Amino acid sequence: MLKKLAISAVAALALSGGAALAAGASGHVEDVDFSFEGPFGKFDQNQLQRGLKVYTEVCAACHGLKYVPLRTLADPGGPGFTEDQVRAYAADNFSVYDPEIDDDRAARPADHFPANNGVGAPDLSLVAKSRAGFHGPYGTGMNQLFKGMGGPEYIYSLLTGYTGEEKEEAGTVFYGNTAFPGGWISMAPPLADEQVEFDDGHDNSLHHMSQDVAAFLMWAAEPKMMARKQAGFVAVLFLVLLTSLLYLTNKRLWAPVKKGAKAA
Amino acid sequence: MAGIPHDHYEPKSGFEKWLHSRLPIAALAYDTIMIPTPKNLNWMWIWGIILTFCLALQIVTGVILVMHYTPHVDLAFASVEHIMRNVNGGHMIRYLHANGASLFFFAVYLHIFRGLYYGSYKAPREITWIIGMLIYLLMMGTAFMGYVLPWGQMSFWGATVITGLFGAIPFIGEPIQTWLLGGPAVDNATLNRFFSLHYLLPFVIAALVAVHIWAFHTTGNNNPTGVEVRRGSKEEAQKDTLPFWPYFVIKDLFALAVVLLVFFAIVGFMPNYLGHPDNYIEANPLATPAHIVPEWYFLPFYAILRAFTADVWVVMFASWITGGIVDAKFFGVLAMFGAIAVMALAPWLDTSRVRSGRYRPMFKWWFGLLAIDFVVLMWAGAMPAEGIYAMISLIGSAYWFAYFLVILPLLGVIEKPLPMPATIEDDFNAHYGKHGTPAE
Ligand code: HEC
Repeated sequence: MLKKLAISAVAALALSGGAALAAGASGHVEDVDFSFEGPFGKFDQNQLQRGLKVYTEVCAACHGLKYVPLRTLADPGGPGFTEDQVRAYAADNFSVYDPEIDDDRAARPADHFPANNGVGAPDLSLVAKSRAGFHGPYGTGMNQLFKGMGGPEYIYSLLTGYTGEEKEEAGTVFYGNTAFPGGWISMAPPLADEQVEFDDGHDNSLHHMSQDVAAFLMWAAEPKMMARKQAGFVAVLFLVLLTSLLYLTNKRLWAPVKKGAKAA
Repeated sequence: MAGIPHDHYEPKSGFEKWLHSRLPIAALAYDTIMIPTPKNLNWMWIWGIILTFCLALQIVTGVILVMHYTPHVDLAFASVEHIMRNVNGGHMIRYLHANGASLFFFAVYLHIFRGLYYGSYKAPREITWIIGMLIYLLMMGTAFMGYVLPWGQMSFWGATVITGLFGAIPFIGEPIQTWLLGGPAVDNATLNRFFSLHYLLPFVIAALVAVHIWAFHTTGNNNPTGVEVRRGSKEEAQKDTLPFWPYFVIKDLFALAVVLLVFFAIVGFMPNYLGHPDNYIEANPLATPAHIVPEWYFLPFYAILRAFTADVWVVMFASWITGGIVDAKFFGVLAMFGAIAVMALAPWLDTSRVRSGRYRPMFKWWFGLLAIDFVVLMWAGAMPAEGIYAMISLIGSAYWFAYFLVILPLLGVIEKPLPMPATIEDDFNAHYGKHGTPAE
């Protein structure tokens, strides 16, 4: 019977992935080995800091991160800023409108990253979760267990997927892109080799910076990922123990009843 | 139905007697927890406890979520992000609640198919079955409205599509739709009433669960043989049964722990697996998503809804005979609700006098096909409604109705059942005794 249960569980799980399949992925998404994939994966603090730098210097010109509070840069499981670093970062890079003084002032840790839809670019707070890149195998989406949803891979593929072609339609320029659904995106290639300098001299090729900013955006979308995986791990461990104990209790409890049947 | 004879609660101390003569609550608790339960129940009888757990989990996590959620079109999406980022443990509570709904439906489908296979719906358990179907309907309503609350793209467009179904009802459809939505389209009024009902309905479900349990505690549990517990005397009944505590409580808790192991692995390591990525985009009435897909647990019925297009002959016939009042859209709605209605009517459609599928050689195959059909419909519901998928949905829907309306009534007449054990005790002994698998 347990076997039957297991089979039905697997079948139902496999099928439910059908929904993921129907989401449809038209563009080409490159698989990247991010450090935070799989049940034991962790964010790479240095990578998140580099990604933040790319975001601040390049993407923030057009995009916002309106759901992300600046103070969370100092939260555990994130880029690991100190409170002073957050304060300095906020004040140096952003200003916000304050209704109390009816004027703009320098941003503080309690503020969010500013929203920005000046050029009609979407907010990036959740983009790593709203664009699933992985749907396999066979449309079940089960590989998400080991690779994540594929959102950061999609972002990486988008930034590195420009074909160099351009076309103009109704006054808007579109750029050929192999990852974007439909193949044409109105975002000009935002990032190029060596555009951002890292303090520690880390590799700043387009390929590496795209991974860094993709990782950062994954953190922005799921800042509690480390805490969640840890909680999941503790829960699973505890339940393994509980299951074993209950298995033994149940076996012991039923033994005389089953033995009674044997004698009959 | 006199119930299965068993020991009753006897107040002993002075206080117990005092209380018992005023409120026999201890007796109620005792009789509930010590209920004689067929000792041959197999592992498919665990889903009831799992469902009870799910209801409790959803209510507890839900009550906490409500403390931080704001039901307003401009604030709902942001308040969910507030829960995910700022509330202590908020991300876990939300993921537990969202995935808890999936576990709830996963368990209810296994529970329902268990009932369909072992004939648990047959006399004298029709009321239990009907209450169960009502619970299932309320679950669907609650889950649907809950999915609207985060106010993401799928929330909004799912609500638009599903409430649009009511608009398909001839003549009165549009006023009904407007009444449901609180306006001409899904908007703040819709969000507010869905929020209100999403909080209310689980408590109605809890009350119905109590009635569901009351009903089958009156008739006694069904069991894999479908043979009734002997009720001639207490001694006789005791040969067929064991008290619920501790035998089935421990067994069910073990099963619950196994299920939770998988559940927590999903919540911890892939919590967005069963959700739709588009719901991380705030609702935008001006941008329709490429595919509007309901949650996985609605997919089989969604497939049935979409299967009956205008070029299917039954639809053409229905349209012709009603002078065009029943069009393809309305027919689809009728089919979707009809699919659940025929399942609810199973106690009266199944003509076989044998309860358990175990002793029904022909039924077994048709039932197996129904289980496969359900899974195929689920898959077809996730696919675009065109080409081969539309065909598969139509065949799958046809079989669903044929099973309940044709096969169940006919089988009872033409099928020759296999010999059954005389008593539950015999079945148990055959399984664990000399000739069965050893006990240890
Ligand atoms: C010059 C302004 C500009 C800059 C700089 C810019 N973007 Fe964009 N971005 C846009 C616009 C405009 C869109 C909308 C494109 C569309 O929908 O056709 C967009 C869309 C996107 C999308 C969403 C694609 C989708 O699937 O809908 C992502 C992800 C993205 N940008 C990431 C980035 C990253 C990462 C950076 C920094 C490296 C960046 N952008 C820099 C203007 C910009």
